[in-house]
Amino acid sequence: MSIANTAILKLTVRNHPGVMSHVCGLFARRAYNLEGIMVRPVCDNRKFSRMWLLVNEEDRLQQLIRQTEKLVDVISVEEHAMEGSAFESTQKYFV
Amino acid sequence: MTEIAPKALSESQGAATDNLTDHLQWDALVDATRKLSGAQLLIELLERQRITCIAGVPGGANLPMYDALSHSSIQHILARHEQGAGFIAQGMARLTGQAQVCFASSGPGATNLLTAVADAHLDSIPIIAITGQVSQAMIGTDAFQEIDTFGLMLPISKHNYLVRSAEELLEVIPAAFELALSGRPGPVSIDIPKDVQNEIITVGELPAPGTRAADPAVSAEEVHTLLEQVSTAHKPVFMIGGGIVYAGATDQLRQFAEKLDVPCVQTFMGLGVLPSDHPLSLGMLGMHGAPFTNLVLEECDLLVGLGVRFDDRATGKVSAFCPNAEFIHVDIDNSEIGKVLTPAQSIVADVGSVLQLGNELLEVQQNTQWRQRVTQLKHDHPLELDGKDELFRPYGAIARVAEILDDSANITTDVGQHQMWVAQAYPFKRPRQWISSGGLGTMGFGLPAAIGMALAAPERKTICFSGDGSLMMNIQELATAAEKNLDIKVIVLNNRHLGLVRQQQTLFYGKNLHAVKLEQHTDFPAVARAMGMNGIDLSECENPEQALHQALSEHGPCLINIPVSETEMVFPMVAPGGANKDMIMAEASAGATK
Repeated sequence: MSIANTAILKLTVRNHPGVMSHVCGLFARRAYNLEGIMVRPVCDNRKFSRMWLLVNEEDRLQQLIRQTEKLVDVISVEEHAMEGSAFESTQKYFV
Repeated sequence: MTEIAPKALSESQGAATDNLTDHLQWDALVDATRKLSGAQLLIELLERQRITCIAGVPGGANLPMYDALSHSSIQHILARHEQGAGFIAQGMARLTGQAQVCFASSGPGATNLLTAVADAHLDSIPIIAITGQVSQAMIGTDAFQEIDTFGLMLPISKHNYLVRSAEELLEVIPAAFELALSGRPGPVSIDIPKDVQNEIITVGELPAPGTRAADPAVSAEEVHTLLEQVSTAHKPVFMIGGGIVYAGATDQLRQFAEKLDVPCVQTFMGLGVLPSDHPLSLGMLGMHGAPFTNLVLEECDLLVGLGVRFDDRATGKVSAFCPNAEFIHVDIDNSEIGKVLTPAQSIVADVGSVLQLGNELLEVQQNTQWRQRVTQLKHDHPLELDGKDELFRPYGAIARVAEILDDSANITTDVGQHQMWVAQAYPFKRPRQWISSGGLGTMGFGLPAAIGMALAAPERKTICFSGDGSLMMNIQELATAAEKNLDIKVIVLNNRHLGLVRQQQTLFYGKNLHAVKLEQHTDFPAVARAMGMNGIDLSECENPEQALHQALSEHGPCLINIPVSETEMVFPMVAPGGANKDMIMAEASAGATK
């Protein structure tokens, strides 16, 4: 997969059943291209989860981030480089 | 019931001494800890939120809530359909600006509520939809009346909860009210399994009620920039929307517009912010806006959106909207900035706070030339209200009703031609006088919304303009209105058709009229009487004017049927997806309508 036009978002979200639905549902209903998603509870604080998103929305990235930030269960959204992201070292699992 | 948990008792006993102060503390603890069911706790938390009226329908999965509700001072309105309950709550919320509650059971109860919740979501209305759910042990087993309410409510609410223990209610209920009211308001759904409603827990002091959270601070620098832009523009226009109504900022807006001498277009949701006869009011813009309104926007060089979301019915084809203007966008919802168009400046803040600061910082100005040009456009391209002097024509009926009523009457509509005729022609004077389903455009909204409005403002008359298509979609609520003897007048502009669909087929589908004729001519006044309220047909009255006057003046619910021709159209009209300058006018389509 080409990652030329993709951006990586690092989210901190509340860890509870349903938070995945809120994030994935937003992407589905606003027709944002979501190429990858990885999520686990934060190691030292299980109240929160870390969610990594690989998105293909060059033109609408700012709007996508604003919509994601609006979700009540989303604590923070940061853009992140491939380097040091959850996707960097896991590419080999997706061949 | 005042019981005290064994653990709390032993702890406090251990601490007790003969000291008077300690005795008092011990007494306080006895009073403060009680055993309550989840359902009792829910009702108490709602009472603490100052909820005085809940619309709903009981069923298997919310029986514990209703058992608890029966012991409360909260009034219950038994709707005849859950969608009606949702719109009754909406009517109360739209009128008061306070969050209001509706109840439904699981399964079909919850699915019936969906439309009202989605409608509230699109128009930013604070309602709390509380549904019963099957017990947690049954969830996922396709139990009787089980449906994934959480999943269904998720995309159509501001936020939603599935409550997993009675204790969670202590957090969820105040949080739901805070969310519904804060920032851009919206609906919150709370799904409560039956075992959670029945779970007995020990509660101490209850949490503080949820209220609107503090708005983000407004920077004076940003407001200065805004004012600078307005003062340097040659042809500025304000576009004012529902955000101003919700912010309670009508007075600030009037002051702001008057001191800066800037004409204002109003969105559908913003009608009433400026009185329709105010010199700076340009009426409603967009698909059914007045010709001069859309033409002023063609010429303007600065458009300041104040509490608007640039809905497609307002903007028309976005690339052709205000082709000569720069945009400034003021809205409390950050995600609205840049969603539809790219503004040169944006301020994410409560529009009321921005206007207040603006009024402190502005220098009074006059836009004499621009205002003269606007007056000229108004004169050359007025809104033609064809038939406004005839009772049995749409604009005439609306005008006659408005003349008979004073400004204290509240107005709602269903969805369709009648809604647009009212939006164009009714002389709205104040915010929250006008309530209608804007974003979702839900036929069936009007009657139950009118019930909610009448419950929230019983001292005022509530008028629901409807059509024979729309009214049929929640007609069962006539019985609810009759039962409560509310001062509601349902005015049916009856053309025996789905009029707006007929209009679109006429204009855009080569007059291929299909599936728009309601061939069974329902006798609506007879239906009203069958449901326990008064009903008259003006065409059967010896003196229709007098009959209308009497029906509107009497206290109590009444349905007034006014037959109109199915060839009546809403003009001007911009084709869906078309540019606002390309308005179809009555004369141009005269051949098509006959």
